[in-house]
Amino acid sequence: MTKILVDGVEVDVPGEFTLLQACEEAGAEVPRFCYHERLSIAGNCRMCLVEVKGGPPKPQASCAMSVKDLRPGPNGAPPEVFTKSPMVKKAREGVMEFLLLNHPLDCPICDQGGECDLQDQALVFGGDSSRYHENKRAVEDKFIGPLVKTEMTRCIHCTRCVRFTAEVAGTSDMGAIGRGEDMEITTYLEGAMTSELQGNVADLCPVGALLPKPQNFRARPWEYQKTETIDVMDALGSNIRVDSRGREVIRILPRVNDLVNEEWISDKTRQIVDGLKTQRLDRPYIRENGRLRPANWSEALSLVAAKTKATPAARIGALVGDLAAAEEIFALKLLAEQLGTPHLDCRQDGAKLDAKAGRASYLFNATIAGIEEADGLLIIGSNPRKESPVLNARIRKRWLAGDFTVSLVGEAVDLTYDYHYCGAGPESLSQFIKSAQPIGKLLVLIGQGALARPDGGVLLSLAAQAAQKLGGASAEWNGFSVLHTAAARVGALDLGFTPAPGGLDAQSMAQAGALDLIFNLGADELSIHPGAFVVYIGTHGDRGAHRADVILPGASFTEKSGLYANTEGRVQLASRVVFPPGEAREDWAILRALSGALGAPLPFDSLATLRKKLIETYPHFGRIDQIAPGSVSQIATLASAAGDVSRESLRSTITDFYLTNPIARASAVMAECSALAQSRLTQAAE
Amino acid sequence: MLSDSDRIFTNLYGLGDRSLSGAKKRGQWDNTKALLALGRDKIIEEVKASGLRGRGGAGFSTGMKWSFMPKEIDPQRPHYLVINADESEPGTCKDREIMRNDPHTLVEGAMIASYAMGAHACYIYVRGEFIAEREALQAAVDEAYAANLIGKNNTHGYPFDLYVHHGAGAYICGEETALIESLEGKKGMPRLKPPFPANVGLYGCPTTVNNVESIAVVPTILRRGAAWFAGIGRPNNAGTKLFCISGHVNTPCNIEEAMSISFRELIDAHCGGVRGGWDNLLAVIPGGSSVRCLPAHEIIDCPMDFDSLSKLGSGLGTAAVIVMDKSTDIIRAIARLSYFYKHESCGQCTPCREGTGWMWRVMQRMVEGRAQKKEIDMLFDVSKQIEGHTICALGDAAAWPVQGLITHFRDVIEQRIDQYTANPHSDPVRVAAE
Repeated sequence: MTKILVDGVEVDVPGEFTLLQACEEAGAEVPRFCYHERLSIAGNCRMCLVEVKGGPPKPQASCAMSVKDLRPGPNGAPPEVFTKSPMVKKAREGVMEFLLLNHPLDCPICDQGGECDLQDQALVFGGDSSRYHENKRAVEDKFIGPLVKTEMTRCIHCTRCVRFTAEVAGTSDMGAIGRGEDMEITTYLEGAMTSELQGNVADLCPVGALLPKPQNFRARPWEYQKTETIDVMDALGSNIRVDSRGREVIRILPRVNDLVNEEWISDKTRQIVDGLKTQRLDRPYIRENGRLRPANWSEALSLVAAKTKATPAARIGALVGDLAAAEEIFALKLLAEQLGTPHLDCRQDGAKLDAKAGRASYLFNATIAGIEEADGLLIIGSNPRKESPVLNARIRKRWLAGDFTVSLVGEAVDLTYDYHYCGAGPESLSQFIKSAQPIGKLLVLIGQGALARPDGGVLLSLAAQAAQKLGGASAEWNGFSVLHTAAARVGALDLGFTPAPGGLDAQSMAQAGALDLIFNLGADELSIHPGAFVVYIGTHGDRGAHRADVILPGASFTEKSGLYANTEGRVQLASRVVFPPGEAREDWAILRALSGALGAPLPFDSLATLRKKLIETYPHFGRIDQIAPGSVSQIATLASAAGDVSRESLRSTITDFYLTNPIARASAVMAECSALAQSRLTQAAE
Repeated sequence: MLSDSDRIFTNLYGLGDRSLSGAKKRGQWDNTKALLALGRDKIIEEVKASGLRGRGGAGFSTGMKWSFMPKEIDPQRPHYLVINADESEPGTCKDREIMRNDPHTLVEGAMIASYAMGAHACYIYVRGEFIAEREALQAAVDEAYAANLIGKNNTHGYPFDLYVHHGAGAYICGEETALIESLEGKKGMPRLKPPFPANVGLYGCPTTVNNVESIAVVPTILRRGAAWFAGIGRPNNAGTKLFCISGHVNTPCNIEEAMSISFRELIDAHCGGVRGGWDNLLAVIPGGSSVRCLPAHEIIDCPMDFDSLSKLGSGLGTAAVIVMDKSTDIIRAIARLSYFYKHESCGQCTPCREGTGWMWRVMQRMVEGRAQKKEIDMLFDVSKQIEGHTICALGDAAAWPVQGLITHFRDVIEQRIDQYTANPHSDPVRVAAE
């Protein structure tokens, strides 16, 4: 720790701290544009200049100088930094004037207005007028993809976007061409960015040069109702802030949570906004003569009740999809128990995960933040870049730090970091386990691509063996990690929403003639064969709704409060942002009403009582933002299982990152992204 | 006046044989092994004692700079010497003459300097426009390799490789960290300092970047002794220096002279005096375009060295003396320099990127007089806002010529503005078509 005086205030900070961090520690505000905590230091905006005593007689960029670079005073007095001296004030005014020279000052027609760093800092640190009377520079706008709109005349060349794509996203999509005044930020050939995290550059842009394209001219920042909630597009549980105006969700932004998503979110998380409004089921439907017709609630519920009463319990099944919150899964489970059916399943993709094997058998035990502690990574049947781009960025961050070997069994894809390719099939995994040396803290990442296949259970066991043998499962480090793709999956497994003894799993339930009545709570990735009467509780007119005989319109994730457990088992609370459209209701309420129609009401009348009951039964759901870790001994048990594996190659369950769930499939923006990505694939193949 | 026997660059004009055999006749590569036998510390000590100050413009003690290199060599991080031959400063043409006509001074110097710093590889970064110079230098390097003077198993017993790298012609790549970036294959943009190249330089390894002339004089300093070199010139401004005199003198030339020679003597002895006589002298830029210009009465009897010129608010820089007589439109001359800096700014940091363009535009108007007098102060203030606020020294270099102009020739600018205001429509008088 080093002592340093900032404006006369003494602070004790680590020597590696930059002056800027030290100033913040001392409570002194230092303006900045190019500096960003999670990006490398560029030191090019020159806004953060401070005066340093004992240093050269010119202001220093505080973001680029570390505390240990300062020399102490003559008698060992701590080095001094001034952030409010006349020299600093003048320097800042000068830099601000330069920044504004060629900035169009078109704040009234700029979407960034109201949340613009340049605007705010010009107000506080700038002069009162400009002395520049020459013509301003104009820069042509660039096409850099369907998610980010450019207005390049506004660019102040802080290069945050360039550093983000190069460092965090790992795609080197953006760069600067030209020099001096003619320097321009571009994607070189005006191609779309290729990263799944590209939307973040609009957040990073301190001015209105890069803006989210779908939200173009939609609203002003001060008009938004801002709600902090949780994302469900993948199993990471990214912390998000949903901005709405009136009854409409306008945009989704990341929230900072260093344990989960740092401050990034994927493009799917960010831009499914239009999907929340289109293809919505806003009233109940009943299938008559092969066609769905609008109905009212009482009609629909009594039809379902009649059908349920007429069906023997052994012929009734219940499915849970990928986006459901724990409350409604719990409610559906209570209903199923009441009906007495053993046929429950939440694994519509057929993943061979079993809640009975213990929580450690299906969690990302290493935890997301734990990736940064790992010494090595073995990826089995997963493409983390598509399954969880933000988690993949975390892996890349660890890889960039060095001394980190990544091995991969499965598809050889571009993950934005180098890896040792072991092979495509399960035999490569066996080979790896046999030949590899223990690697300190090994993280074994097994994806749904390895689990959602008939021999998934054996592969899970092989992965556990790898963890056991190569340093991935000890008392200090549990590196056995399952990467889920469905936000609801861990919660549902926690609640034991898997077949009771004698029950069928999801794939079997879907077979023709297996069951007569299926309650489908948003399972859209599974095609149920003709025969059964399907009651679909969901939000979008997607696959599930097309197959349904009765549709009970539910609430999407922004329209209900609920608990979600992410892939590492962290329980997080999502909040309601807006109300469900039309006659749609929150899913728990639908299930409650259905039980009422059946004449045996479930024991709760409000979400609060339901949640209370849930937490009573499963106490770890009461510990919000915490992880109830699995026991490492369960890995050993898992590893002992044996069986035969097929020779079929492992491949990720996600074929199209942009279209993995009903909300994304309803989004025109996602469709555009998907088409672009497909055309890139086709081009690459040619 | 420097006597002929004290000249280091004896083939500066290419009159003799520039090949290895010619160079050997002039005393180069003479028992280099004995020089290396002095040992690292002794060589650095000698260079320090000689008072050699960097010839690239900043005038930092060369021996001191070498001593910043780590003493112990980490095998994971080899040391590098990088020689800055990206000579692009307007008015400067000394290094090109060394490379073209006396390249073996540089090759031998590179060997000795690398040895002194524990570097086994040296890169010479040659300016993009220097085609013939690169060829001449490459030929000299090839000769040295062929004669086994340098290379893996050379006769000196110190493995040493020398690479000549060709730049692409950007002025900014003459800045040491931008040069390193460029050498690494990246865009030539200066790095933040600290860390300094002596700690983290080329490929992240300890690196020293030196000017061609600084390196090329080293063998002779070691042969003739630090005292000889230190004995030339005034204290703290020792040695011989290549002056590049251009502009309004009767015979512009490159000349090796003693430091601290007075301006008058320099011009009279080597350039045949100022065009039209001393009374016709208007101003002088004494150290390449990046320093402030000085009016005739201040420069005329000033010793040409680092300290005397910086006392006048200017600098010796690269010793590229640009002489301007009274026929010069001084505002236009400086405006041209402003354009140069605007054109060569890398665009990385704000004050330089935006400020150089601003200054050029205002200068452009001042050339015509199409400005207001209060803008003179504004321009000075803008140049002060650029100076010292940037990552590298290009911002300073852009600001100083303008500051020099305003400090010394404010009356000329005001006069020009008055002229324009008196007759704002300077369109030519129309003549009826015949």
